[in-house]
Amino acid sequence: MQNKNSYSQWPDDKGYFGKFGGRYVAETLMPLIIEVEKEYNEIKKDKTFKKDFEYYLEKYVGRPSPLFLAERITKDLKGPKIYFKRDELNHTGAHKINNCMGQILLAKKMGKKRIIAETGAGQHGVATATVCALFNLPCVIYMGEKDIERQSPNVFRMKLLGAEIKCVTSGSKSLKDAMNEALRDWVTNVKNTFYIIGTVAGPHPYPSMVRDFQSIIGKEVKTQIQEAENKLPDLLIACIGGGSNAIGLFHEFLDEPDVKMIAVEAAGLGLKSGKHAASLSGGKPGVLHGNKTYLLQSEKGQIEEAHSISAGLDYPGIGPEHSFLFEEKRVQYISATDDEALEAFQYCCRLEGIIPALEPAHALAILKKIAPSMRPEQVVVMNMCGRGDKDIFTVAKAININIS
Amino acid sequence: MNSRINKTFSNDSKKLVTFVTGGDPDLETSKKIINTIAESGADIIEIGMPFSDPMADGPTIQVSSTRAIKQGIDLDDIFSICKNFRSLNDQIPIILMGYYNVIFHYGISSFVDSCQKNGVDGLIIVDLQPEEDPELLNAIELTNLDLIRLITPTTNAERFSTILKHSSGFLYYVTITGITGQNSANIEELNQSINIIKQQTKLPVVSGFGIKNAEQVREVCKVSDGAVVGSSIVKIIEENLNDKNKILTLVANFIKQLKAGIEK
Repeated sequence: MQNKNSYSQWPDDKGYFGKFGGRYVAETLMPLIIEVEKEYNEIKKDKTFKKDFEYYLEKYVGRPSPLFLAERITKDLKGPKIYFKRDELNHTGAHKINNCMGQILLAKKMGKKRIIAETGAGQHGVATATVCALFNLPCVIYMGEKDIERQSPNVFRMKLLGAEIKCVTSGSKSLKDAMNEALRDWVTNVKNTFYIIGTVAGPHPYPSMVRDFQSIIGKEVKTQIQEAENKLPDLLIACIGGGSNAIGLFHEFLDEPDVKMIAVEAAGLGLKSGKHAASLSGGKPGVLHGNKTYLLQSEKGQIEEAHSISAGLDYPGIGPEHSFLFEEKRVQYISATDDEALEAFQYCCRLEGIIPALEPAHALAILKKIAPSMRPEQVVVMNMCGRGDKDIFTVAKAININIS
Repeated sequence: MNSRINKTFSNDSKKLVTFVTGGDPDLETSKKIINTIAESGADIIEIGMPFSDPMADGPTIQVSSTRAIKQGIDLDDIFSICKNFRSLNDQIPIILMGYYNVIFHYGISSFVDSCQKNGVDGLIIVDLQPEEDPELLNAIELTNLDLIRLITPTTNAERFSTILKHSSGFLYYVTITGITGQNSANIEELNQSINIIKQQTKLPVVSGFGIKNAEQVREVCKVSDGAVVGSSIVKIIEENLNDKNKILTLVANFIKQLKAGIEK
């Protein structure tokens, strides 16, 4: 039976995915954001832009990324065939650069002279600093003090690439506060500055724009899995902080009713501990950073600190499209704890020779649990959205090994 | 039409508008500070609703918000401040200023009810522009509450009509592109911008952001109907947390200076 209600046609004209999304920013930013939307709608149809974007994705980022059959894990879990979408092999080591490449081309077209961005794990910061070096634009990265400490390799990388790092000491000193500071910078320097948001959140058109740039992941998977298995995958699985790698994998398949999808939030020390980053499993709808979406918040509407061993998932909100897909029950949202992610991290290293980032290790942790209940003829694709070199210090500390 | 805000603007004198975060440094002192501000000559009182992520505010108001939240201040406390003030003063308008999440979370109709019961006259919601405020506008339609909208240096001609359409009370002109308590506007540019706004509306226009002392209040009031001072008052609280009586004395003196600046 044909599905009459499409999940892939959102947002509406006002930037809403059902009840979620919109544009909740200071008036100072409104004219610029409307301009960004207008220009983005234009470049979407522009052949030169498409050509440039594809050129840099192929020659610079190294796309398409391979779809790899993880044979030893498949054998070990005794369930479905498990494929990894190897976005950790992209230049800079994560999926983040797909979006940065799109946004920097837009910023250039709009004549902007300065780029700002927020970063948590540092992957988005590194990707932004990289494209700024490539296109010769000054770059300022906002990063929480707490994240600067736990992601020092990425901090040094950004500096090498010529970016200025601004240490954010307000609030919880992590990703949400870095985003607040970036928004304050943007309001102050609105005329010459473009804000490259790293995830599918923020005021419209950012959630759909970032999704569009990331949806290359799912598009490639669709072709690659047809070649390898001559069928669509039975299950897609990805980790989720703000949700850009997950939506990047899912979007192409949203209207394929036979493809199941699971997104894995970070449960930190456990959902009941209060120290987690699972906005859907443990949050309520609210308004932050330009959009209406599920947020971790107190009973009085104050935003709460998230917690995750993975800096990239340590955010108290989630992209509005995910809030929509959650309420529509199109995607199943589950969570994995710090400990489960750490265990899956080491498991992946030993069995496949791939050091995953702690973020996709969350997805693998859940896959390990559900794979044994699936059938051998079924096919799963997991987004290996980042490599784990950045996390080795965090992991060593967590498993009590001194490597310094 | 008989609202306190309209009455306040019924004569030509320039208005001194003040901002402090409600519940900073604690509930009782905050009530006293607000009474002191009124007694010392402020024409309109803005009370900030504390929020964990005040994206349009500079460090001074950010930390004042954090202080209030740490005291456990919530919207019901803010309403108790309003109620207390109303029992002592029935003329001076109270404006609640803040961010949408706390209101959304409280429930829009409950929020509007509480505003009415506790003598609130206007609302300024920093991250809620006309595109997103129909629900709130609907809820205040039959009340005396004014939704005060912000106009900024980046607001273009296309947006003026959108913003002016449902504005009431007065307009708040954000004098700079930036956050609170930082740079100050160039008076020439401010004059030009306000003239453009005045051509399109009869509503009073009050200027805010970056206005720190009596001198600047006087300058800004030459070109607009009033000036908002916030961070400089909040700074007095921040610098005297150990001596609450001193806060009251210093705030009273400062408000009197600002008021004298206008009347000079």
